Amino acid sequence: MQITFKLFASLSDYLPDEARRTNSLSLDVDDDCTVEAVINSWALPPRMVHLVLVNGEFVPPEKRAERRLNPQDALAIWPPIAGG
Amino acid sequence: MALARKLLRVNLTQGTCVVEPVNQDWVKQYLGQRGLATKYLASEIDPKVDALSPENKLIYTVGPLTGTMAATGGRFSVVTKGPLTNAIACGNSGGYFGNELRSAGWDMVIFEGKSAKPVYLFIENEKAQLLPAEDFWGKSVWDTEGGIKKKHQDPQIRVSCIGRAGESQVLFAGIVNDLHRAAGRSGVGAVMGSKNLKAVAVRGTQGMSDIADPKAFMAAVKAGKKVLADNPVTGQGLPKFGTQVLMNVINEMGASPTRNHQDVEFAGARKISGEAMHEKRETDGKTHLVTNQACFGCTIACGRISRIDETHFSVKTKPEYWGASGGLEYEAAWAFGNANGVDDLEALQYCNLLCNEEGMDPISLGATVGAVMELYELGIISKEEIGFEAPFGSAEALCKLAELTARGEGFGKLLGQGSKRLCTKYGRPDLSMTVKGQEFPAYDGRALQGMGLAYATSNRGACHLRGYMVSPEVLGIPVKMDPKATEGKPEMLKAFQDATAVVDSTGLCVFTTFAWNLGDIQPQIQAACEGDWSMETLLATGERIWNLEREFNLAAGITGKDDTLPPRLLNEPCKTGPQAGMVAQIDKMLPIYYELRGWNTDGVPTTETRARLGL
Repeated sequence: MQITFKLFASLSDYLPDEARRTNSLSLDVDDDCTVEAVINSWALPPRMVHLVLVNGEFVPPEKRAERRLNPQDALAIWPPIAGG
Repeated sequence: MALARKLLRVNLTQGTCVVEPVNQDWVKQYLGQRGLATKYLASEIDPKVDALSPENKLIYTVGPLTGTMAATGGRFSVVTKGPLTNAIACGNSGGYFGNELRSAGWDMVIFEGKSAKPVYLFIENEKAQLLPAEDFWGKSVWDTEGGIKKKHQDPQIRVSCIGRAGESQVLFAGIVNDLHRAAGRSGVGAVMGSKNLKAVAVRGTQGMSDIADPKAFMAAVKAGKKVLADNPVTGQGLPKFGTQVLMNVINEMGASPTRNHQDVEFAGARKISGEAMHEKRETDGKTHLVTNQACFGCTIACGRISRIDETHFSVKTKPEYWGASGGLEYEAAWAFGNANGVDDLEALQYCNLLCNEEGMDPISLGATVGAVMELYELGIISKEEIGFEAPFGSAEALCKLAELTARGEGFGKLLGQGSKRLCTKYGRPDLSMTVKGQEFPAYDGRALQGMGLAYATSNRGACHLRGYMVSPEVLGIPVKMDPKATEGKPEMLKAFQDATAVVDSTGLCVFTTFAWNLGDIQPQIQAACEGDWSMETLLATGERIWNLEREFNLAAGITGKDDTLPPRLLNEPCKTGPQAGMVAQIDKMLPIYYELRGWNTDGVPTTETRARLGL
């Protein structure tokens, strides 16, 4: 199935060049894929995986291994950030 | 006490500058800066006074850590009654002015009365004098700062001044120092303009003294700096992406007020984000962002310095804007961008430069333009009245409206009165996205329930810097809270409001609190200041400051009925995104908040609360 995968801020560096101007790319994943499986497949440093949103909803660390994705979901990840 | 113990009282009517000792009993209760200056203001003026009359006072003030080695210890505040809100106003700024004032040996400068002619205050250590400013009246912030430095033949003078917006009393005029740092909100610049006071120029060479325990202070400062450096937010995220890193996350969460709060998601957000500022432009191959920049003593350096695209329609015939300059920060990017549906990064930076140049609050300006665009699309304001078409999404209209407001010309005169007065004039006060007359910043109070309560209860009108509930509701600092939930929000908000009041009274930047808690700040205060500054004392001080501000507002005629949000946020649910269907549930949280505060059901501090806090 297809999902949209987004990496922001310093995590943008992990995206292929062609995806950096949108911070996003379409990803083909297994039907029963979990949030954690996607994170692991991209070898993102754990300390950089802070804010994890699926369709804008926060997924806490303890839920990422069980949270399954659905077709067309948007999985977006940020390192620790702040502003104001 | 790590303060100079003296203040300068400047009577603009009489043209006098008088030295006075600072009330040390008040220092023990209110610490410094925001707290101490509010105590002086509340004690010296009738809160019902017309904010733009000579009877109002304007106070420049530093904190006990301003000018010290403490990380970010360069902050100062301007405290007055604000004309936009008719409430207490406290603008906090960084740059290099606050430490200079401190190094000149002053804790506070109180301006009272009104000068018959334009003047500026020139402070050279202990020497202070009012000088004619006719040559600078009618000039921009940038020309005034340069002109004062040239006149005194000293490039190291630090200048805090108003531009033409403050002179013409735009109700959201700010006071700008170091070209692009500002005491920005609530119209403090209009008060300065109403007094015919153009600038405060300072040269301070006395350095710091009076640190109570220098050895302990340096140890506490060193420990604090390590925490900031080791923290991924203050050590890496903020320096690289600045506050603008929020643009995408707030939008992804469906919490980005868009087109005057009609929507909560903006399709153009990515194009105006912190990430976009790092990308090379197609027109000239250069990145928008040039570098980051730190204020005095800051080890975070979140400030953005950018260079606008010289070929952009807004500046292609105006080379004075082509150099690297301040911006964009997140709040300004949102106010000019999302609030108006404009996704043209260069246009946003142009409007931001106008705000720096002429001294305006970009949040209130951008949000008021959003109201104008909605009124225009509804057919309530005509093209003829504005002078051109002004639909949502028009970068051209946005830039023209910003120019008119900065110059006080045409429709800009009305726009400079802010959203509340403008919408009321056209019979649609419900379309003003304000609390207590001040425009919202960049977070939707429906999508983030705690921020909704923070806006409703803020002592200076809609504001993100009085209790930044975005930290727990979005960023997970100090803990992650569900943005949709109301449970626990009044408790967390009260803690944030009180702690922020303390930080704003120290001379430190509130951005340190993304890494520090009060436990990191307390040892620095305790080592710098005489007396007891335990955690308990600091927390009580924060609560006392909050209640003092509340009492000022109550005496000014603002009541618990003003602790609310516009009907749009209470009745029109978020249309799309993860927060779809949500409205702001103030009614669930406000009674709990009042009870936590020790206020009665009308939002008035009880006799017991007043006694407990020594008010």
